[in-house]
Amino acid sequence: MTFPRKDILGTQDMDASEISSILDVTESFVEVSTREVKKVPTLRGKTIINLFYEPSTRTRTSFEIAGKRLSADVINISTSGSSVAKGESLKDTAMTLAAMAADVIVVRHPSSGAPHFLAGHVPCAVINGGDGTHEHPTQALLDLFTIRQRKGSLTGLRVGIIGDIAHSRVARSNIFAMRTLGMDVRVCGPASLLPLEIESLGVRAYTDLDTAIRDVDIIMVLRLQLERQEKGLIPSLREYSQLYGLNLKRLEQAKPDVLIMHPGPINRGVEMAPEVAEGRYSLILDQVANGVALRMALLYLLAGGPGL
Amino acid sequence: MAAQDIKAEVMDAPAIDRALTRIAHEIVERAKGCQDVVLIGIRTRGIHLARRLADKIRRIEGTPVPLGIIDITLYRDDLRRRFDHPKLERTEIPFSLTDKRVILVDDVLFTGRTIRAALDGLMDLGRPRSIQLAVLVDRGHRELPIRADYVGRNVPTSLQESVKVWLHEEDGLEQVVILERPESLGKSRERP
Repeated sequence: MTFPRKDILGTQDMDASEISSILDVTESFVEVSTREVKKVPTLRGKTIINLFYEPSTRTRTSFEIAGKRLSADVINISTSGSSVAKGESLKDTAMTLAAMAADVIVVRHPSSGAPHFLAGHVPCAVINGGDGTHEHPTQALLDLFTIRQRKGSLTGLRVGIIGDIAHSRVARSNIFAMRTLGMDVRVCGPASLLPLEIESLGVRAYTDLDTAIRDVDIIMVLRLQLERQEKGLIPSLREYSQLYGLNLKRLEQAKPDVLIMHPGPINRGVEMAPEVAEGRYSLILDQVANGVALRMALLYLLAGGPGL
Repeated sequence: MAAQDIKAEVMDAPAIDRALTRIAHEIVERAKGCQDVVLIGIRTRGIHLARRLADKIRRIEGTPVPLGIIDITLYRDDLRRRFDHPKLERTEIPFSLTDKRVILVDDVLFTGRTIRAALDGLMDLGRPRSIQLAVLVDRGHRELPIRADYVGRNVPTSLQESVKVWLHEEDGLEQVVILERPESLGKSRERP
């Protein structure tokens, strides 16, 4: 099996067997992070560049740790204090990095489609670390890995995604991948944050939280971006929290062993109460740990073997 | 894979079993028992051989021997030269290696590069007291200064041939054969 892609840009066009293979490879990398010497020599001499045009702690650090545990050289570029602030275009920045023989560029950008644009202009591998409101494939893959790790298999599981669906690239990537794997997906949020055509993706849309979370196996809560209130899409954080915030009382509507997920960072007390985030069915920290293993797997598949 | 590919049978089921029994006794003899001995199997067939050795040693000495699995894919020196990604499996060594007498177990010793990779992998996991190597077949043609401590059978071969070990856990039969074609860079392990 040769990994058939040059880039990881989204989950929308991944088929079930490809997703399963990626998750299988991730298994092998979970163990590396439990060793005392958390390093394998596989990507020694490879150069990985994290090109982040938006702030990030989790994703960027996760990619950095993943690259370093594979013995690669990892460079982090955040755009303030770089030539981007001087007006350098995305294409020029990327071609400059490619000319320095980067092997992988991980890019996060506020414009949907930016990684795809980049991938067409550089010979090295491009990984989408989140583009606008479009996709965040590595988050979705690590979410699926975490669910599979806890539940054993994915087909037929029922998931409720709660929050600002309209602006969430995490929701989109998860929806694409989960539907491909035969999972039952519900989305829930205020009508102002649910895209009109969302059910065309094969999901059921709800505006009532209690109904949405009844009988689901997993509740995935999205971060409410505080700017939404400023744009008038929700009347106030307090109202959002009362109607859509997940707390212990609300969870009484759901199955007693329902699993709780959140991509982070959490607005404590807004979309999720701290007791829920830290409860025994919360997978939030597993998601973080698995994120490193998943990103190691992708870096290995893209840069660790024979070139295309 | 055609039956004409088989040039010669080197070991049949009883021969494999006798060789493993002898190796088990040799391990116990040299270690003067099995105190601190651990067996680590490499890749797929090394695991089955290690398990059988652990079983035999337990029957000889009356004590269980810890058993681990190492996957060397991440330590290989030929990842860029292959035609495919070799299948990555898990390393599972749920005990400390520090101060232990590690016996690495593999089916065929050839260039020695697999063993070099396994040594690097083990060193990242701890500081063993010693590492020894047990193989079912040594077919010669070393490219690195690596040698086995325990050998089931020495099988001189040419580079135009390859040696295959088939075990019932993996392949449904027990046989060691010489095949009429060289090792390839990237086929998955064939079954008969």
